[in-house]
Amino acid sequence: MSSPEISRDDVAHLANLARIELSDSELDRLGAELPAILEHVKVVQQVAGDDVPAMSHPVPVTNVFRPDEVTPGLTPEQALAAAPASEEQRFLVPKILGEE
Amino acid sequence: MSDLTRFTAAEIAAALADGSVTSVEVTRRHLDRIAAVEGDVRAFLHVDRHGALATAADVDRRRAAGEPLPELAGVPVAVKDVLTTVDLPTTCGSKMLEGWISPYDATVVSKLKAAGMPILGKTNMDEFAMGSSTEHSAYGPTRNPWDTTRIPGGSGGGSAAAVAAFEAPLAVGTDTGGSIRQPGAVTGTVGVKPTYGGVSRYGLVAMASSLDQAGPVARTVLDAALLHEVMGGHDPRDSTSLDMPVPPVVEAARRGDVSGLRIGVISELGGEGFQPGVRRCFEEGLEMLARAGAEIVEVSCPSFVHGIAAYYLVMPSEVSSNLAKFDAMRYGLRVAPEGVDDPSAEQVMAASRDAGFGDEVKRRIILGTYALSSGYYDAYYGSAQKVRTLIARDFEAAFEQVDVLASPTSPTVAWPLGEKLDDPLSMYAQDVATIPANLAGVPGISVPVGLSEGLPVGFQFLAPAMADDRLYNAGAALERLVTERDGRPFAAQAPELEVTR
Repeated sequence: MSSPEISRDDVAHLANLARIELSDSELDRLGAELPAILEHVKVVQQVAGDDVPAMSHPVPVTNVFRPDEVTPGLTPEQALAAAPASEEQRFLVPKILGEE
Repeated sequence: MSDLTRFTAAEIAAALADGSVTSVEVTRRHLDRIAAVEGDVRAFLHVDRHGALATAADVDRRRAAGEPLPELAGVPVAVKDVLTTVDLPTTCGSKMLEGWISPYDATVVSKLKAAGMPILGKTNMDEFAMGSSTEHSAYGPTRNPWDTTRIPGGSGGGSAAAVAAFEAPLAVGTDTGGSIRQPGAVTGTVGVKPTYGGVSRYGLVAMASSLDQAGPVARTVLDAALLHEVMGGHDPRDSTSLDMPVPPVVEAARRGDVSGLRIGVISELGGEGFQPGVRRCFEEGLEMLARAGAEIVEVSCPSFVHGIAAYYLVMPSEVSSNLAKFDAMRYGLRVAPEGVDDPSAEQVMAASRDAGFGDEVKRRIILGTYALSSGYYDAYYGSAQKVRTLIARDFEAAFEQVDVLASPTSPTVAWPLGEKLDDPLSMYAQDVATIPANLAGVPGISVPVGLSEGLPVGFQFLAPAMADDRLYNAGAALERLVTERDGRPFAAQAPELEVTR
């Protein structure tokens, strides 16, 4: 059984994985809160035996298709209307690769 | 003329149909009421006076021309700000989406429009529906109309408060762990979480996709059923939508007969942690139902005690995945990190998510990221999913013995604003009675049953999947018993709000 020990450095690592630039004070606070929350929820590890299947969804539906009919989509103007920046009918984004 | 804002939706629909009022009059009276009490209540993030009156005028014109209209045509409605609308902003109570206008309508919104219902505006909520008090809205809290120093519940505190304050006869809410039912309980209104898949999630900005469900908010059980019928039904645009007819909810709400109905009281919900006043109101409700011919039995659902623990792993896991789409690239807030020349997309994304998300959202994303991370996945997310199975099995076993289950909706009455804001675990504990239904996908209703310390207490019924009509039948019976006991409708007992002109 895993222990809910989680350090401030762990929180910083998780924040990096989640792409949230947390401030020092946020890291301090979450570093204290997360272990307390995990301590509370870790009980789930002791409840169900190996024979209990996992349930990911309340409705057991699979392979749901709708009729393969063409319907109108968004126009480029509609799709770009809320973009922080756009150019030539494209989303304009910051650089995605590091310096050469 | 009597005050149209005090009419139920069914009464407004009847008055519109017989020509004694117009939708423009009804809509204008509600907009005036909003203007008069919003300073105290703050239920709305956006009010659409122009759009609502335009819809109302259109319905009046069509009615005058003799066109057959849906039953709720011309009856105004408020919509939680988590459902997309092409003509109003959709912020989800977050700075991340401040001013964002969706390029498409949610299916629920399309259905309201097709039914000719004027949309008064978008209601306040905890950010991305994460909270039990509406204090996590980036735009400030909504206040409980029964006592404006107290919380209106959450996350749908805006929809519940709007209806309780007579700003709207009807509202749409969403319920992931209780966000329709708990606000209903603490504001003395009726709230229904339909069967998972019973109402389309297309255009409902997702918090936890396997738990989220939109549903009706109203002051009477019949009104909730009328709105449920408009909202519900299969939607090919939502692959989890059930391809089944909407259960006969309106007929059930008109019936309201519990004679011979087997009601199971959940042993695990109602004891420790539930305020004595809440328990007293709940027990009085059970006694009234028994006198009306219901058979009351106790039923044990032993895994429900682990519901909060399972929920606070499953939900944040789905949150961390669903909210990854807020990447500052295609829509929403984009801010540049301070002191970085020519920042990368990743740096901009991280800075934007720090600036755009509030504390509770960050807490849940980080918790979910942890629960899903390699090495911890089986211990946390996997174990929680097994508990979910056990809870669904408890429901199955219980519904072999009884027709509906019952519990108090919320362990406490509305608490003072700010009281639990620094104590997430205490806030999470408020969802103890509402969470099991979301985990299993079954429907639930909260109906006002009495007052404790002068504040409303909610009575919850739960039913098997796609037996939503049982909720309306039992709920309508309880509502009638409460009204007979009190000598007036529950909502009429709310204290008068100060009106500004």
